[in-house]
Amino acid sequence: MRPFEQIVADFGPMVLRVCRAVVGPDEAEDAWSETFLAALKAYPELDEGANVEAWLVTIAHRKAIDAIRAAARRPVAAGSLPERPARTGRPEDWDGDLWAALAALPPKQRAAVAYHYLAGLPYAQIAAITGGSTDAARRAAADGIKTLRATYLARTREGEGR
Amino acid sequence: MMATMEPEAMDLFGALPAQDEQANARLHARLAAAAAADGVLDVAYRTVNTPVGTLLLAATEQGLVRVAYPGQGHDAALAQLAELVSPRILRAPGRLDGAARQLDEYFSGRRRVFDLPLDLRLAKGFRRAVLAHLLQIPYGATESYAQVAAAAGHPRATRAAGTACATNPVPIVVPCHRVVRSDGSPGGYAGGPGAKRSLLTLEAA
Repeated sequence: MRPFEQIVADFGPMVLRVCRAVVGPDEAEDAWSETFLAALKAYPELDEGANVEAWLVTIAHRKAIDAIRAAARRPVAAGSLPERPARTGRPEDWDGDLWAALAALPPKQRAAVAYHYLAGLPYAQIAAITGGSTDAARRAAADGIKTLRATYLARTREGEGR
Repeated sequence: MMATMEPEAMDLFGALPAQDEQANARLHARLAAAAAADGVLDVAYRTVNTPVGTLLLAATEQGLVRVAYPGQGHDAALAQLAELVSPRILRAPGRLDGAARQLDEYFSGRRRVFDLPLDLRLAKGFRRAVLAHLLQIPYGATESYAQVAAAAGHPRATRAAGTACATNPVPIVVPCHRVVRSDGSPGGYAGGPGAKRSLLTLEAA
């Protein structure tokens, strides 16, 4: 069994991208931390041949549901998508339009899009994680992408055109 | 690892960084701290630069469990720890701060005795008895393999004493470099003959 450090190095960035896309910039690091702490605890019992990406995304999915529920219970601060500077000040920092567009998707579509396009999981695996059929997962991802293309891409292209 | 993305999906997620080094470092440190607090950081490790090369230091909650020379392969040492101790292994320098500091003092000639909790679980039976004896050999002194074998309770097990030294999981701190051939030549060493000569020269100064 590989040292867990190797799992963090190999899959940490992918899980962070997934968490950012699924729960947004404010909750992403908490979700990542809870995911990897839970994964570390369970790691010695993981089957040698297990698909590590799918295992991590399964844990992240449960943590994301917890985070979304906890956020829903909290009183909403004025404006759920606050305007604020990106935390690292770098151009590739993504807080803003993309998250606004992702947040507007139904949760199942957001999850299907993230798990397929950012984690690289096949739809059958995504269906096992989110519930429902493989076809439903495929449709959710396709619908999500279509909406994002119409909302986010259209808006950023418009912005570039100005 | 990543499925091939359709061009429009690449377009869509281009704003979401694939690698965010600052966030990765921050999250790694947070994970190591949370794991230690929850008692699930079974093995913590770090590397230190020394005059005999970059050493891997690893510790369980009980103490220092492994010191590995570059020639022994740090990855191989971590793989062995994953196999024999636990795969719950993270790079987490905090637990090794004391060991790193004492090694630094040792190499600068300011320390003659290590005062560190040790976890010698990687050595069993006679090998463990040999390590226990090695800890009694004072700084600057040397013994022959035959003397060590006798002190560990098996006077005729000179060769086994040599194997116990060669497989010492915690070299330098458990001073197998103080065991030399009966003709006075240094003999083999896990860190290579050059490292053994360096340590003996340091301690003779």
